[in-house]
Amino acid sequence: MPHNHNALRRPVLEIEDLSVGYETPNSLVHAVSDVNLTVHEQEILGLVGESGSGKSTLAFAVMRLLKGDAVVTKGRVRVAGQDVYALTPAELRSFRWKKMSMVFQSAMNALNPVMTVETQIVDTLLAHQPDWSRERALARARELLELVRIDAKHLKSYPHELSGGMRQRVVIAIAIALQPDLVIMDEPTTALDVVVQRSILDEIREIQQREKFAILFISHDFSLVAELASRVAIMYAGRIVEVTDSETLADGYRHHPYTEGLIRAIPHLTAEQVVIEGIPGNPPNLMELPSGCAFHPRCPYATEECRQARPPQYPSEHGLIECHLFKPQREAQHV
Amino acid sequence: MRYVLNRLLFLVVSIWAAITLNFILPRLMPGNPAAIMMAKFQGRMPPQALHALEIEMGMASDKPMIVQYFDYLRSMVTGHLGLSYTFYPTPVSAIIRQSLPWTIGLLGVAWLVAVVLGTLAGIWIAWRRGSKADAILPIGTMFFQSIPGFWLGLILLYFAGFLHNWFPTAHAYGDDVTPGFNGRFILSVLYHGFLPFLVVFLGSVSGWIVGMRNNMIMTLGEDYVVFAEAKGIPTRRLIFAYAARNALLPQVTSIAIALSTIIGGQILIEQVFSYPGIGYQLTNAVTSEDYPLIQGMFLIIAVATLVINFIVDMIYGRLDPRARRRGATS
Amino acid sequence: MSSRIAAKVQEAAGPLDRQDKVRRRSIFSAFIRDPKALTGLIIFSVFVLVGIFAPLIAPYDPHASTFMPSQPPSWQHLFGTTNTGQDIFSQFVWGTRTSLSVGVGAAVVSTLIAFLIGVYAGLKGGWVDAVLNALCNIFLVLPGLALLILIESYLKNTTPVLNGLIIALTGWAWGARVFRSVTLSLANRDFVLAAKLSGAGSLRIMFAEILPNMVSIIAGNLIYSCLGAILAESGLAYLGFEDVASDSWGTILMWAQNGAALMIGAWWWFVPPGLAIALVCTSLTLMNFAVDQIANPRLRVKRRARKTHVLEGGLQHAAQS
Ligand SMILES: Nc1ncnc2c1ncn2[C@@H]1O[C@H](COP(=O)(O)OP(=O)(O)O)[C@@H](O)[C@H]1O
Ligand SMILES: [Mg+2]
Repeated sequence: MPHNHNALRRPVLEIEDLSVGYETPNSLVHAVSDVNLTVHEQEILGLVGESGSGKSTLAFAVMRLLKGDAVVTKGRVRVAGQDVYALTPAELRSFRWKKMSMVFQSAMNALNPVMTVETQIVDTLLAHQPDWSRERALARARELLELVRIDAKHLKSYPHELSGGMRQRVVIAIAIALQPDLVIMDEPTTALDVVVQRSILDEIREIQQREKFAILFISHDFSLVAELASRVAIMYAGRIVEVTDSETLADGYRHHPYTEGLIRAIPHLTAEQVVIEGIPGNPPNLMELPSGCAFHPRCPYATEECRQARPPQYPSEHGLIECHLFKPQREAQHV
Repeated sequence: MRYVLNRLLFLVVSIWAAITLNFILPRLMPGNPAAIMMAKFQGRMPPQALHALEIEMGMASDKPMIVQYFDYLRSMVTGHLGLSYTFYPTPVSAIIRQSLPWTIGLLGVAWLVAVVLGTLAGIWIAWRRGSKADAILPIGTMFFQSIPGFWLGLILLYFAGFLHNWFPTAHAYGDDVTPGFNGRFILSVLYHGFLPFLVVFLGSVSGWIVGMRNNMIMTLGEDYVVFAEAKGIPTRRLIFAYAARNALLPQVTSIAIALSTIIGGQILIEQVFSYPGIGYQLTNAVTSEDYPLIQGMFLIIAVATLVINFIVDMIYGRLDPRARRRGATS
Repeated sequence: MSSRIAAKVQEAAGPLDRQDKVRRRSIFSAFIRDPKALTGLIIFSVFVLVGIFAPLIAPYDPHASTFMPSQPPSWQHLFGTTNTGQDIFSQFVWGTRTSLSVGVGAAVVSTLIAFLIGVYAGLKGGWVDAVLNALCNIFLVLPGLALLILIESYLKNTTPVLNGLIIALTGWAWGARVFRSVTLSLANRDFVLAAKLSGAGSLRIMFAEILPNMVSIIAGNLIYSCLGAILAESGLAYLGFEDVASDSWGTILMWAQNGAALMIGAWWWFVPPGLAIALVCTSLTLMNFAVDQIANPRLRVKRRARKTHVLEGGLQHAAQS
C-alpha cells in the first residue's frame, strides 16, 4: 500500500502549521489555517476542496508567490529539505523551477500571448542555465515538447494558435523543464473538455513515472483526484480536514463527514458550481467562519461539541482526520 | 498579409471619404458659399482660374454632378489641388510642401518624446507601486488633461514670451537667419520651437504615463507575468519583454483615438504661436476664404491622420501576433 | 481600441435586467459616496447654477463698452475690463451659460445619434451593420477639428447653437462604436430574443430592452461627449469661427488674443475662461469615476485580485455565474 512506501521515501514537500491570510479593510481573513501536509518523493498527492476553500492560496504560499495583501501568518514550508521562506530573493529565483515548479490554474493565461512557445521555453532554460548555448536550449525545448506529445513545429507557434489542450501541455512542459522534485498542479485541466482532460491526465501520469517528480495535484473534482493520486487531502474552509489513501475512498471505510458527502456526490460533481448532493448548505464565508468545526452547520452528525470546539487531528486507519467523531474513546458510539 | 490588406483597404476607403467630403460639403451648404465667393473673385483672377474654381465648387452646371465628381476625384488623386487665391498663383501643393515639415517636425518630435518618456515613466511608476509619484499622478494628470492645450500655450506665451522675454513669441525662426542647413538657422528653429514643443509635449505625456502605468499594473498581475516570474525570468526581461510589451498594446490602439484630438490641438497651438504649419495655414485660409487652400489643407491633414493611423495599425500587427490573424484591430 | 471596448462589453454583460433597478437607485448614492465624484458634481453644479442665473449674476451688459479700458480686477470689475472697456466678469458669466449649454446640448444630440446608429447596427447585423460600422470607423479616424473648421469655412460666423449641432453631428462615432459592441453582447440575451419573437419593432427593442441595460454606459458617453464638445466649441470660438458677438469662453479668449491681452499683460482677460474650461472638464472626469463604479461594481474587487494573483478560482466563478 502506498502509505507504506511513503515511510521509506524522503519527503519533498513538508508544510508545517501553515496559515495564510488576506488583509481586508476590516480584518485579516484566513484562507489557509494550520495546514500540515507532506508530499513524498515521486508521490502524487491530491488536494481536493470546493472553490474558495484555499487550495490556490496554499499552492502560491508553497511557491512563495503570494503578493499584495496576502500574508503568511505562521508555519513553515520546506521543499527538498530547504525552508522556502529562508531563501534570499536571488536564491529563491533559482530554487524555484529547479526544485519546485507550478502549473497554473488557467493555462490560457499562463502563456504570454505575444511570445512564441519557443521563446517561452528557451527563456526558462536560459534563465537557470545561463551558460547554455541557444542551440542546446532549443534542442531541450524540442525534447520537452515531444515529451508532452506536441510536434516540434509548434515551437514557432503563438499561444493563440494552439488549442486549449496544447497550451496546457506547453505549460506542463515548461513546468518540468528543469526536472524539479515537486510540481504543483493547480486545477490543470479545469478549463478543458472531458476528452482532452482525460488524455492530459494520462500524460501527466506517464511523464511523472518517467521523470520521477512528485506532484501536488489540486482540483475541485473529487473523482478525478481519487483516480490519479495515491493519497488525497481534503480541504474545507482553509483547513485540511482529512488525509487518506485513495484506495480507502471506495465503500467500506470511515471518513470525515465532509469526505463522505464528497464520495456520495461523485457522479454529480462535474462543475465547480454543482451543489453537492448529500451536503446541504453552502461553503462558509471565510469572513465569518462558524464556531468550532467549520463544517458543523452542514454536518448531519454535528453535536454540541462540534459547535463549541474545533476538533484536533486524530489518526485514522489510513491517515489523519480532523473531526470529533474520531476521538478514540467515542468511536464506537457513532458508527 | 490579410491584416495588411485589410488595413490598406480601410486607408484607401477613408481617404476617398475625405475627398468626397471635400466635394460634397460646398454643394450641401445653405446660402451657396461658392457663389458668394465667386462674386468676390470676379475680375481679380484670370478666367481660366475662375473656371477651375467653378468646377471645384460645383458651379459648373453644364456638367452632371457625377461627371464633376469624377473630374474632382481624378484631380485630387493626381495631386492637382488647385491654386491658392491669397497666394495666387501658387499651387496649393506648394504651400503644403512649405508648411507640412513644420507641423510634422513640431508634432512628431514633441509627441515621440512624450511617448518614449511617458512609456518609461509609466513602467517605472507601475513597478515601484505606491511611491509618491503614484499618488500625485492621477489627480495631476486629470487636471492637466482638462486644460485646453491652446490655453496652456497662451499662458506660457504670456509668461515666458511677453512677460520675461525668454522665448520668441511667434514664427518658426528668426528674420535674421537664412533657412538652410546652418547652425544659426537650426538654433533659431529650436529656440522658436521650444514653447510650442513644450505645450504639445505636456499635452500628451501625462496621459501616456497614466495609461501605461494602469496597463502595466494590470499586466503585472496577469498569470503569464506571475508564471514568468515563477519560472525565474530575470527582473529586467520580466518587466520589459513579458509585461511592458503587453501593456503597450492597448496604448498603441489608443493612439488611433487620441490622434484626432492631438491633431486638433496642434491646429490651435500653431495658431497661438503663429507657427507656420498646416494648421496655421488652414486657419488663415478660412479667414481669407481661400477655398482651394482650405480644401487642400483639410485633405492633407486627413491623409496625414489616416496614414499615421495605418502605420500605427502596422506597428500593432508587429507587436501583437493575434492581430495579424484577426484581420483588424478595429 | 478593441480592449477598451472589451472592457465596456464586460460592464454591460454584468447586469441582468432584474438587477438594473437596484443599480439605478445606486447611481445617486454612488455619487454621494465617492468623494471624487461628489467633488466633480459640486464643481459642475456651481457652473450650471452660474449659467442658469447668468442674468442675475452678471453685474453689467457684457457688450457695453462703457468702462475704463484695460482695468485689472477690482471690486467693480471682478475680472477687470477689456481693451474696449467691457466688463469681463459679465462676459464670463454669460459665457458660462453659452459654453455649458453647447456642451450639454451637443452631448445629448451626439449620444442620441450614437445610440441610434450603434444599437441599430448591433441589432440588425449583416450588411446594415457592416456599412454603419465602416462609416463609424471613418468618422473615428477623420481629424475632428479640421473637419469642423472645413464646415465652418462654408458657414460664416455660426452661432454657438449651430456649432454645438455641428460638433454633435461629427462627434458621435466613438459612442456609436461602444454602443454597438455592447448591443452585440446583449443581442442574444433572452429578453432581447423574447422581444424580437413577440414582434416588437426595432425602435421598441432599442429603447425598451437595450437602453435600460446600458444606462451607465450612456451616462459615461454623455459625460465624455460633453467634455469633448466644450473643448471643441472653445477651440472653434478661439480661432474666430464663431459669431464674434457671441458670449462664450472661447470667444473671450479670441478677443483677448486679438486685443493684445498678452502684450499689454492683461492676464485677467485670458486666465479666467481657460481656467473655467479646465475646471469644468476636470469635474466631468471626476463624475465619470462614479459612473465607472456603477458600470462595473467588480472593478474594485478585480484590481485587488490582480494584485494578489490568487483569486482566479473565485473570479472565474463569479464571471461564469
Ligand atoms: N486577494 C484576495 N483578497 C482577499 N481574499 C482573497 C484574495 N484571494 C483569495 N481570497 C479568498 O481566499 C479564499 C481562498 O481562495 P483560493 O485560494 O483561490 O481558493 P481555491 O483555489 O480553493 O478556489 C477565497 O475565499 C477567496 O475569496
Ligand atoms: Mg483555485
